[in-house]
Amino acid sequence: MPAEAPAAAPRGDVTTIAPYRPPANRGATAARWGLRLAALGYVAAILLGPLALVFYNTFQSGFGEAWAAVTSPAALHALYLTILIALIAVPLNAVFGVAAALVLVRRRVPGRSLISALIDLPLALSPVVVGLSIVLVWGQDGWFGPATEATGVQVLFALPAMVLATIFVSLPFVVREVVPVLREVGSDQEEAASTLGAGAVQTFWRITLPAIRWGIIYGVVLTTARALGEYGAVRVVSGGIAEKTETMTLHVEERFQAFDYVAAYGSSMVLAILALVVVLAMNLLNRKGGGDGDHGH
Amino acid sequence: MSTDVVTPRPPRRSGRLIAPVGIGVAVMYMSIIVLIPMAALMGGAFDEGWAGFWDAITSDQAIAAVLLTVKLSLVVMLINAVMGTIIAWVLVRDRFVGRGFVNSLIDLPFALPTIVAGLTLLALYGPDGPVGINVAFTEAGIVLALLLVTMPFVVRSVQPVLLELDRDMEQAAASLGAGPLTIFRRIIFPNLMPAIIGGSGLAFSRALGEFGSLVLISGNIPFQDQMASFYIYSLIESGDRTAAAAVSVLLLTLSLAALLLLSALERWTSRHAR
Amino acid sequence: MFRSGRCRACVAAAIVALSVVIGLAAACSGDDDGITLVAYTTPREVYEELIPAFADGPAGEGVRVYQSYGPSGDQSRIVESGLDADVVALALEPDIMRLVDEGLVDADWAGGPTAGFVSNSVVVLAVRPGNPEGVRDWDDLLRDDIEVITPNPLTSGGAQWNVAAAYGAQLERGRTHEQALEYLAAMFANVDVQPKGSREALQIFRAGKGDVLIAYENEAITARQNGEEVDYVIPDETILIQNPIAVTSGSGNPAAAEAFVRHLLTPSSQGVFADKGYRPVLPSVLAEHAEAFPEPPGLFTIEDVGGWDDFRSDFFSSDGYMVDIFAGDAPGDRR
Repeated sequence: MPAEAPAAAPRGDVTTIAPYRPPANRGATAARWGLRLAALGYVAAILLGPLALVFYNTFQSGFGEAWAAVTSPAALHALYLTILIALIAVPLNAVFGVAAALVLVRRRVPGRSLISALIDLPLALSPVVVGLSIVLVWGQDGWFGPATEATGVQVLFALPAMVLATIFVSLPFVVREVVPVLREVGSDQEEAASTLGAGAVQTFWRITLPAIRWGIIYGVVLTTARALGEYGAVRVVSGGIAEKTETMTLHVEERFQAFDYVAAYGSSMVLAILALVVVLAMNLLNRKGGGDGDHGH
Repeated sequence: MSTDVVTPRPPRRSGRLIAPVGIGVAVMYMSIIVLIPMAALMGGAFDEGWAGFWDAITSDQAIAAVLLTVKLSLVVMLINAVMGTIIAWVLVRDRFVGRGFVNSLIDLPFALPTIVAGLTLLALYGPDGPVGINVAFTEAGIVLALLLVTMPFVVRSVQPVLLELDRDMEQAAASLGAGPLTIFRRIIFPNLMPAIIGGSGLAFSRALGEFGSLVLISGNIPFQDQMASFYIYSLIESGDRTAAAAVSVLLLTLSLAALLLLSALERWTSRHAR
Repeated sequence: MFRSGRCRACVAAAIVALSVVIGLAAACSGDDDGITLVAYTTPREVYEELIPAFADGPAGEGVRVYQSYGPSGDQSRIVESGLDADVVALALEPDIMRLVDEGLVDADWAGGPTAGFVSNSVVVLAVRPGNPEGVRDWDDLLRDDIEVITPNPLTSGGAQWNVAAAYGAQLERGRTHEQALEYLAAMFANVDVQPKGSREALQIFRAGKGDVLIAYENEAITARQNGEEVDYVIPDETILIQNPIAVTSGSGNPAAAEAFVRHLLTPSSQGVFADKGYRPVLPSVLAEHAEAFPEPPGLFTIEDVGGWDDFRSDFFSSDGYMVDIFAGDAPGDRR
């Protein structure tokens, strides 16, 4: 029996393995086509079709109207707000993610699995519950609410609460992507560097960081996607004030409720394009050796 | 040969502080972002004691919402288990034009904002849809939306396992005369079971708490088609935060219990896999 | 080489610091010269016309009016929870009273010439073009072939007006309280969908669901003006909807806020309200638009069904009639 082990392809890369060819007979071909149609039909019906239709609907009234809708003051402010929140949330989560991964993998802290579970918690939480927990802390009857009110800083129904919500829901991704890479890389080189007199910071920058950089990048891509696309949690904590506390996702809903379908589809299209870019980045990075299949949402 | 001796220098003093300071900052971060809000959630749920908690989660509307949510999430989980495996199979074992494109597309529901996902489905399968199907404000519509957002879980869970499967056994069985169906049933499927279960668990957990994609497509009638997340939302909006927190804790418990159960099942089946 | 390591650390630290700084700056950037209007969903189109008119006038120069729209009860609770509002324009008086109780609105808010109201309307029955089902009044809603849409009264102020109208109409026709409750139970049996708010309800009706939408007259008119195909019937007995408006006591810009409210009560603004389908609160303007706004013979107000406080506690509290009806129990079971 020829020992032909399948090539150890990086996850998600499906182009390097030759398909298993069953003995050629009509039943097998029919089965293959049946499965193919089922799979592709399903994906087309649920994912591709609806998305394509939204792209089409956006331009149904002409390019000019679609452009005007997407560049209206409210839409532009929503885009600005969305990006601003992401610019705050993503770097913070990235730094935290690397730090947490280092702690979880390289140190013997007690309760590691508990910490890991807590970091994964946002994946199991409904966005509405995330928003509620923030309201319970920063609302008027909340734990910190009265204190912040006294200082005059508006947390709930303003930018800070929206940032907190976004950070919460996008917390786990960098950690989850860096931990397996850290484990795989092993601490040999780091220990060697330490023996040669390198300080902790130096070791980190010159040895650890380059080794895990694709894990970090992949995690950052996932975090960004989540931050840009968050809806439920932000909905609960935002006041829904157009041009003040509306993100792109809230803007889509608001325009839909106002019968302004061109604007709703238009902004959806912008978000969908962003999502497609993220997916492209994810798949390109997968080939560089980052990431596993478990991306909660 | 040089006779220089390399004397290792002791690590700098400052290096000793970085780790504890780093951990301290990380802990503070986790606290502000996750721990304190979760503690407030627990506190809020039991604000009126166990009696208040119990009343909130056993109210008629709560029971109706939670039962509906669990029911539809189970349906979605089962559909995902089947279709996800088929899609993973086709993406790994088959070869056709555009396979790479479709493979990349599977990740899209992870990146697509939920409200947009719901809007796309409403556009095609709603009242203005071109194909004449209208599932808006029906349970079918809810199921459809949940299927969209949970699509990648089983697929991405099964794909790596399929990729790493050792073909020798299959080829041996084939050469002994086993048909493809038998090969699948007795060799391949047992190996996929753990991954299918794991992915299904994630899909179920995600479906339980889904909100954004359902906002535009669900009728949200109390006692009829109101999902748990919407019930919680309506409690928040009507000011009953204690009840909202209580139902939230219930939902979270269900989600975690399902994950634990299914991961135990996953380990059990992987031990028994051939 | 060592230096480049330091530089990278600097870069990373700078990025993180920048993030935090941006965050703080954005958080601390207080209001510019602006006021925030928190309103219920339906009058959006009116305010979108009246706000620029305000900004053009002398009183509103340089004043930005930020707006938030949503279901009346939700908006009221959000303001109660701390949202910085300057002007609240809601669907029904209790949503303002809640804020008065919290000290967020002065107790004398209703002391103005229009008793605190900025617009009126009546509850009507919106139907498909040409009224194919031949709906004439409330009793038609009990027919087997009729599907009714009305928002959820437990979350929407608009729906509370609808319930008050349906209930009060029965009393106006001489029926007893028990018969009126029976009517409500029978009518809600024909209600398939209960959206969160009046705007959503209109969406759903427009989407093809239902035969009759219980709505405000102004919603139906606005929809028609937007090209939607709806007709409406004013039943002989219906309730006068009165929408309140108030300046918050904690407003950061009370002068501008009060100027804005005064602007909304001028004859020209009330004329805009009328054009958009709202019954003006100024009698002179109402008289000018008498043709568009016929007065139904059995018009009554919320006072005629007991006033908001009693009506809400009887119908919409957690042991009220509506919860009974929704659960399929007989109204009054929980009391």
